[in-house]
Amino acid sequence: MTTATAAPTVKSASTFQLAMRRLRRHKAAMISLAFIALVILMAIFAPQIAPHDPNAQDLAGIYAPPSASHPLGQDELGRDLLSRVIYGSRVSLAVGFAVAIISVLLGTLMGLLAGFIGGWVDTVISRFIEFMFSIPVLPLQLVISGLIASSDAPFVVGLRDNLGASSSVFIIITVFSVFGWMGTARLVRGEVLKLKNLEYVDAARALGASNNRVMWRHLVPNLLGILIVSATVDVAGAILGEAALSFLGFGIQPPVSTWGNMLSNAQEVVLSYPWIPFYPGLAILLTVLAFNFLGDGLRDAFDPKARR
Amino acid sequence: MATYTLRRIVQVIPLLLLISVVIYALTALQPGDPVDQLIFGNPRITPEDIARLREAYGVDRAWYLKYWDWLLRAFRGEFGYSRDFGIPVTDYIFNQRLPNTLLLTIPALIISTLIAIPLGIFSAIRQYSFMDYVLSFLTFVIFSAPSFWIGVMAMYFFAVYLPQVTGNSLSLPPGGLGSPGIDPEAGLLPFWLDRLKYLLLPLSILMLREIAVTTRYMRASFLEVINQDFVRTARAKGLPNNKVLYKHALRNSLIPIVTILGLAIPGLFGGAVITETVFSWPGMGRALLDSLVSKDFNVVMFCLMLLSVLTVLFQLITDLLYAVVDPRIRYS
Repeated sequence: MTTATAAPTVKSASTFQLAMRRLRRHKAAMISLAFIALVILMAIFAPQIAPHDPNAQDLAGIYAPPSASHPLGQDELGRDLLSRVIYGSRVSLAVGFAVAIISVLLGTLMGLLAGFIGGWVDTVISRFIEFMFSIPVLPLQLVISGLIASSDAPFVVGLRDNLGASSSVFIIITVFSVFGWMGTARLVRGEVLKLKNLEYVDAARALGASNNRVMWRHLVPNLLGILIVSATVDVAGAILGEAALSFLGFGIQPPVSTWGNMLSNAQEVVLSYPWIPFYPGLAILLTVLAFNFLGDGLRDAFDPKARR
Repeated sequence: MATYTLRRIVQVIPLLLLISVVIYALTALQPGDPVDQLIFGNPRITPEDIARLREAYGVDRAWYLKYWDWLLRAFRGEFGYSRDFGIPVTDYIFNQRLPNTLLLTIPALIISTLIAIPLGIFSAIRQYSFMDYVLSFLTFVIFSAPSFWIGVMAMYFFAVYLPQVTGNSLSLPPGGLGSPGIDPEAGLLPFWLDRLKYLLLPLSILMLREIAVTTRYMRASFLEVINQDFVRTARAKGLPNNKVLYKHALRNSLIPIVTILGLAIPGLFGGAVITETVFSWPGMGRALLDSLVSKDFNVVMFCLMLLSVLTVLFQLITDLLYAVVDPRIRYS
């Protein structure tokens, strides 16, 4: 006599869960993730953590070296550098995340259009991406951010009137998003070309799925891995880009403090007061390094075969 | 090869025209025109004078009409005068600025490639060794640090800290092109030794990123090649390991590196803007930045256009080189 044994219900792990499991074993990526969480907490609780008002000037403490009450020293207006580094994380991270999200969304859309529709749409988008890769980007970013900053278009004027110096944050986010989507678009296009000929897409079509449904329900979920990796690396790139543009004087304008514009007169002060540019730069280096390591770990986690 | 070359050259022309339209529009839309600058601070100027000046300079026309004029004059080699320096833009850039930028970028490209190729091979051969991890970590650090910050901190180290510690016996200048009073006519050797001292820091900083990028690609490319069938065949024939690696594998792994060098060019010119600013190096990047700030638009336009032409030209050269080293490209 046989007793029918109920088949054990094994809940299979999704690709995403498998990737997260692999990520947990990636030591550098996990340390980076913890570090990023700390920086985010620092940005959120800046008013509670910062020992001084980041914009309070102290005429007695101009260019003062690090001391007990100002652990990282004071700048050319006597402002506390530690508090400015803490507050600076807010704008630097906001720029990083905003640019990453916008450029990944834009890149996904362009990549999907090029890869899925193909034909002349693909030709136009691919040529445009090639064009964007073959022009000197940094000089153009300077020109465009200068152009928007001094533009008298109603939208920009409204932004300036309402936000004052903070409007430069939006300008920077726009400039970097415009130049930031091509990498993702190229990746997505390649992946879509590969995926759209697989059997499961044919199966979905045979069941009567429309183009839209195939694109959003069957292709996009499979792109999640490369999109997360792209976004992580884009955050790193945007933080670095903001720093470079602010250093050249075309980035985010004072009194808003960002790690980048704390370095704007770095080459003038460094010879006499080296601690002033040292710490904001170190903050950028560590944060960007963490995002790059996390991106590397995620790449390995989502694509274990492509171990480089 | 001749048809391929011709086809690539013909493709470059519409690309450059497109670039010129885009950057002309971006430049022309900037507020503040030459007449505003001309009349600024002149109390005796009348509205009629202003109108006459605007008419004479044609500043109120649509930007595409102005672009057409610019293009026609550009074909004759006329790019106007620099308002800040009062000399033709071509004289200003070609004689005073471009040579300094090329002195920085061309050696940077060559030396960084020569350093990165052996580093990449070394990393690939000892994949997952301690040194491979160290090199890999270092490239991540270089990718993650703002280059101008490394430059500024290096400037402090070599111009202030090192002289203090060594009693002035070891130091590098914090910026500039060369020591005042050193004349090439007095002797070429002392002149170039002095120039080299000033070149060392900006050149090293500009190269860092290129070395990191090329090392990563060289490592990946070499790894890919040594796992291919023809390398296994060479080994199976009983060829010595060195011959397999440095003859069969090396040549093939260098092919994709040629493309990487082409893609490096825009980054190198962008990096030059930053490096020239950090080290007060009077090159074209610095000229572009200064002219943007002072709204010297003829210089802005010419610098952007020249940077684009140089970028496209270098990429054309690497494309053609790629076709030379990899015959498969020519026929596709």
